[in-house]
Amino acid sequence: MPEVERHEYDVVVIGAGGAGLRAVIEARQRGLRVAVVCKSLFGKAHTVMAEGGCAAAMGNANPHDSWQVHFQDTMRGGKFLNNWRMAELHAREAPDRVWELETYGALFDRTPDGRISQRNFGGHTYPRLAHVGDRTGLELIRTMQQKIVSLQQEDYAAHGDYEARVKVFAECTITELLVDESGRIAGAFGYWRESGRFVLFDAPAVVIATGGIGKSYKVTSNSWEYTGDGHALALRAGAALINMEFIQFHPTGMIWPPSVKGILVTEGVRGDGGVLKNSEGERFMFSYIPPVFKGQYAETEEEADRWYEDQENNRRTPDLLPRDEVARAINSEVKAGRDSPHGGVYLDIASRMPAAEIVRRLPSMHHQFLELADVDITKEPMEVGPTCHYVMGGIEVDPDTAAASVPGLFAAGECSGGMHGSNRLGGNSLSDLLVFGRRAGIGAADYVEGLTERPRATDAAIDAAARTALSPFDPAAPDSAENPYTLHAELQQSMHDLVGIIRRADEIERALAELATLRERIRNVAVEGNRQFNPGWHLALDLRNMLLVCECVARAALLRTESRGGHTRDDHPSMDAEWRRTLLVCRTDGGDRSIPDVTVTPERQQPMRPDLLALFDIDELGKYYTDEELADHPGRRS
Amino acid sequence: MGYQAAFRVWRGDADGGDLHDYTVEANEGEVVLDVVHRLQATQTPDLAVRWNCKAGKCGSCSAEINGKPRLMCMTRMSTFDPDETITVTPVRTFPIIRDLVTDVSFNYEKAREIPSFTPPPDLAPGEYRMQQVDVERSQEFRKCIECFLCQNVCHVVRDHEDNKSAFAGPRYLMRIAELEMHPLDVADRRDAAQDQHGLGLCNITKCCTEVCPENIHITDNALIPMKERVAGRRYDPIVWLGNKLFRR
Repeated sequence: MPEVERHEYDVVVIGAGGAGLRAVIEARQRGLRVAVVCKSLFGKAHTVMAEGGCAAAMGNANPHDSWQVHFQDTMRGGKFLNNWRMAELHAREAPDRVWELETYGALFDRTPDGRISQRNFGGHTYPRLAHVGDRTGLELIRTMQQKIVSLQQEDYAAHGDYEARVKVFAECTITELLVDESGRIAGAFGYWRESGRFVLFDAPAVVIATGGIGKSYKVTSNSWEYTGDGHALALRAGAALINMEFIQFHPTGMIWPPSVKGILVTEGVRGDGGVLKNSEGERFMFSYIPPVFKGQYAETEEEADRWYEDQENNRRTPDLLPRDEVARAINSEVKAGRDSPHGGVYLDIASRMPAAEIVRRLPSMHHQFLELADVDITKEPMEVGPTCHYVMGGIEVDPDTAAASVPGLFAAGECSGGMHGSNRLGGNSLSDLLVFGRRAGIGAADYVEGLTERPRATDAAIDAAARTALSPFDPAAPDSAENPYTLHAELQQSMHDLVGIIRRADEIERALAELATLRERIRNVAVEGNRQFNPGWHLALDLRNMLLVCECVARAALLRTESRGGHTRDDHPSMDAEWRRTLLVCRTDGGDRSIPDVTVTPERQQPMRPDLLALFDIDELGKYYTDEELADHPGRRS
Repeated sequence: MGYQAAFRVWRGDADGGDLHDYTVEANEGEVVLDVVHRLQATQTPDLAVRWNCKAGKCGSCSAEINGKPRLMCMTRMSTFDPDETITVTPVRTFPIIRDLVTDVSFNYEKAREIPSFTPPPDLAPGEYRMQQVDVERSQEFRKCIECFLCQNVCHVVRDHEDNKSAFAGPRYLMRIAELEMHPLDVADRRDAAQDQHGLGLCNITKCCTEVCPENIHITDNALIPMKERVAGRRYDPIVWLGNKLFRR
């Protein structure tokens, strides 16, 4: 046995972003002992970068809003591929989750009558996003971090130990999930980043809340932590991933200077009145309203501008189409040669409202552009272009309990799949992680309480996990040792060039060939130095997760011969109703233990419950569904 | 536009270390963190450095650049002369782990000692009503990204290790102010601020405010008002007399 520090908990939550922290709070409030393990310091997770807001149909800004409208908007945004039950739970529960944050001490911006203010965002019929300027994610994570501190203070009062029931294992990376002989979760294995020493958690339930995969792409708004760890951990433990071909490219990332390329520019800029323009000064989005959204968006600039003041009698601006549509439109404008000097388009808020108002509403955008790009957004337009932002795909879970197919495994937030279908609406991520973070905490607590005996990890599995983790110090073929930073850059370049925003079969096939080569080279990855806080070693271990996830993305993208949401095939440009009810399910199937082989199987999506389907007009559904699926719709029967 | 920049980076661990000189490529628009990353990718793969968002939002990449506490991701190379040697050292107030990474657990321990948000007991979720003008005071402090640069620069602990147990530091004294100014909080932290968290040790030199990457007016808007609230309670003669006469 390798030297391993061992801890026993009821629930281990991997990831300390919004979903993870919400799961911790719930499991702790059920009286369980919870460990939260995160790669960074506590409170630094990627949730801090969420800017615009948290969608919840509270109806504070427009009383016509309801969970049903939120549900419909979410399904439309995802082009009806969403897991409808997740979308339903999300829309129904989001308001309670936001109000709950206020009881933890959150301070959202207010309406004149003192309630939570709500802002417009792409694809949302009504102003729906609870927000704090443009730093909503920071408010969410800090609020939940402080709630956990308050729970620790309760434990201190009761037991004399702050960490009696919740302990944060910060700067600690989980490299492997451990299962018992019957395939149930038995724990998690990892290492302390600071010392490199191994750590083992004996726990019957694991909640994965590790976020996304953006660091597999060259231009991304994501931080270094987003290496698809949870996706890969779940795959290797026997769970399935769905919808991995759907990747959201946020339409507005910074593009200049090169070192900030990809950093997010909040959709709140457009929600608050900012407009997209090409190099000819034209508001081009009016030319890009797709057939499925015809009639739902303003067709003239005058109507669009009136909409900000009077939403009852005007339609919304096409600048606020769902993100996939806007990203594709920008891509087309650039290709047509109407791009800004650095290859993007203009996002103009300066000419739309007074400088003081811009600074009040969008303080971090103002700060970010002034500090990093020498651009004063109150005086000149921003230059923006698409950036890899979010993966819709993830671990397949039961909507009500967040349970994956592996007993004892749960997942919530970006690393889970289904909720957002083929494209996520802005603002639905923060609400997703609150709703399903809580549900994962409850699901894990119920599971643990129902166990009669605790699964145990085998010594052989622990040995194997330790050997895999140390392999970069002792590469198989030292003469052809590979540098982890070089391999990472090549992986990002392949995905960027070949499985990016617009895809083609021959390019995806080339990507798969390049990934196969990288798979071999990763076996020979070698690192210098020792195990103490060694970023080269950390990256070497994260690389195999990125590779596994990239293979899922590329294989699923090759199979899906249609264009929908975050998956655009140049060689199959239209949407196909048959594909709407088909999910591509990724699993592992033998091969190398560390980077197993990936299989992708098409499986049928569950049909939507009739009362939910009846919320939609038959004419709208006809754009997405096969005739056969709509035979029982009330609009068809009448 | 690129040039070869001269970098001097502290490398070592708890047992000691020293400054190492490197020549690294720097390009237009880059920040210090970009160059440190290039150093990692090309010359020193095991150089320890903390970072996350690279957009000034997470507060992970704090260091001292030419002796000034800064975020590496928000320090643009264009602010230096190309001939200048740029010295990057770890923040000084916290124990070294390795290279540019320090042990900041002091801050998390202090965070746990501040009495948490205490809402009125009769208020249910969804019933909270607050005016924008009232939430803005605490919202300013909630912009804090916890980079701990203020904790690092504050001479109360930077130059006096022995004050660490008695002093929460600007970040957590500001947290007390934030809760005291929260429109719905019902707890009273004035005595605790003075007696347990060392508010009196702050002599308002404003170093914390100067280094704050979020431009929070820590001293003017949090610490001084907090001192005034304590003074109003402790040193107002009428309040003092009342306390003497009607002590519970």
